[in-house]
Amino acid sequence: MRSRAMSAVHTERTITVVLNGVPREATVPVRWLLSDALRHEFGLTGTHVGCEHGVCGSCTVLVDGEPTRSCLVLAVQVDGRQVTTVEGLSRPDHQGGQVLHPIQEAFRECHALQCGFCTPGFLTTIAAGLDARDASVEITDEEVDELVGGNLCRCTGYANIKKACRYAAASMREQAAR
Amino acid sequence: MKPAPFGYADPTTVEDALDVLAADEGAKVLAGGQSLLPLLSMRLAAPTTLVDINRVPGLDGIEATRDGVRVGALVRHVALLGSTEAAAVQPLLGRATANVAHPAIRNRGTTVGSIAHADPSGELTSVLALTDGSVTVATPGGRETVGWRDFFVGPLETSVHGPAVVLDAFFPALPARSGTAFAEIARRKGDYAVCGAGVVVTLDADRRVASARAAYLSVGLVPEVHDLTDAVAGKPVDSADWAAAGELARGLVDPDGDLHASADYRRLLVGTLTGRTLAQAAAEAAGRTA
Repeated sequence: MRSRAMSAVHTERTITVVLNGVPREATVPVRWLLSDALRHEFGLTGTHVGCEHGVCGSCTVLVDGEPTRSCLVLAVQVDGRQVTTVEGLSRPDHQGGQVLHPIQEAFRECHALQCGFCTPGFLTTIAAGLDARDASVEITDEEVDELVGGNLCRCTGYANIKKACRYAAASMREQAAR
Repeated sequence: MKPAPFGYADPTTVEDALDVLAADEGAKVLAGGQSLLPLLSMRLAAPTTLVDINRVPGLDGIEATRDGVRVGALVRHVALLGSTEAAAVQPLLGRATANVAHPAIRNRGTTVGSIAHADPSGELTSVLALTDGSVTVATPGGRETVGWRDFFVGPLETSVHGPAVVLDAFFPALPARSGTAFAEIARRKGDYAVCGAGVVVTLDADRRVASARAAYLSVGLVPEVHDLTDAVAGKPVDSADWAAAGELARGLVDPDGDLHASADYRRLLVGTLTGRTLAQAAAEAAGRTA
């Protein structure tokens, strides 16, 4: 005889997620990857699914602020967590518009994308990396390599992506000095 | 590329997790999921129930004592990588973890999960072997300590069957007058190693080589540790022939070839990486042997 109740085994679960700052609820099959839920349930198609086994980095989102492959996490596992997708990187300005994250500005400025498929994963990963570091210190080449090392891009050859990292870090440094 | 249907439970105690595991023979433990989820998506594995242990409290501790470092089942790679306490007791932990995948994977993946996954290309799998470590396994019958030699059975296979949760891994401390090094060759930094080596060199009080041991990644079916002391035993640390130890290692391993590297190329890498890492480890050991 069992003295305690065993955890229930579900095939579907209702989850609550703070998605890009907004609490959202959804009932999802437990076999859904987070990337599936983001795209199919929440309609956030900015998260791109490339290899779907953790190699390419296209689907990277931020879970509680940390870069995470959304193809390597089940949707049920982010119940109660904060998730930021590429759609949530910009901030509202005071005129009802949006201000891009410095790395988004830098991508535009440095021509750091061509076909754009890998871009959301680069942006989320680099944004979190830049936000986490001391903005007043000049970024090193090693830091830049580490920032972009987990994401694949088949168009740019990475040179302009790395240039954008340095550009964004410099503009954040300028901001910090003000 | 979607996982086959499965049931999901997220128990909050180890006992509850064991109950769910015991109720379904096809159940599997989910921790960081960075190796397991690709297997599910590629349908190389199709567990009928996933038992997510992420909500079990108390499994995310790193405990560093004079004897060694105990790493809980939910310690993420990123936490071990950043632990100066762990690095002070067993420097191989941080050095090897720096080679584990990419930051986004290290934020989620766990050290113990990687060991329980028993991939012979796992960094910490080989460090567990090199440091002569062990794991603590919880089963409905109780908890037991299993040494690495008994734990690793084959690629992605351990000796643990039936309902069980690996609670922690224990890495013994680095002995006195010793140094370590870790290096690997991968097609892209953070990808699976084509070949990797971790080494420990220990000197005697006269700064002569007392022992030199190495463990390799992506070379055998399970982690292997090779004693290379014979090639350098008793030699003063500054004049030991580390390349000769590399040559010895090259003859001791029997790697397979695959798409990324032939068996011969892997043997070549074993020789080169061994010589290189032993020299680094020896320099460190010499620095610690005043």
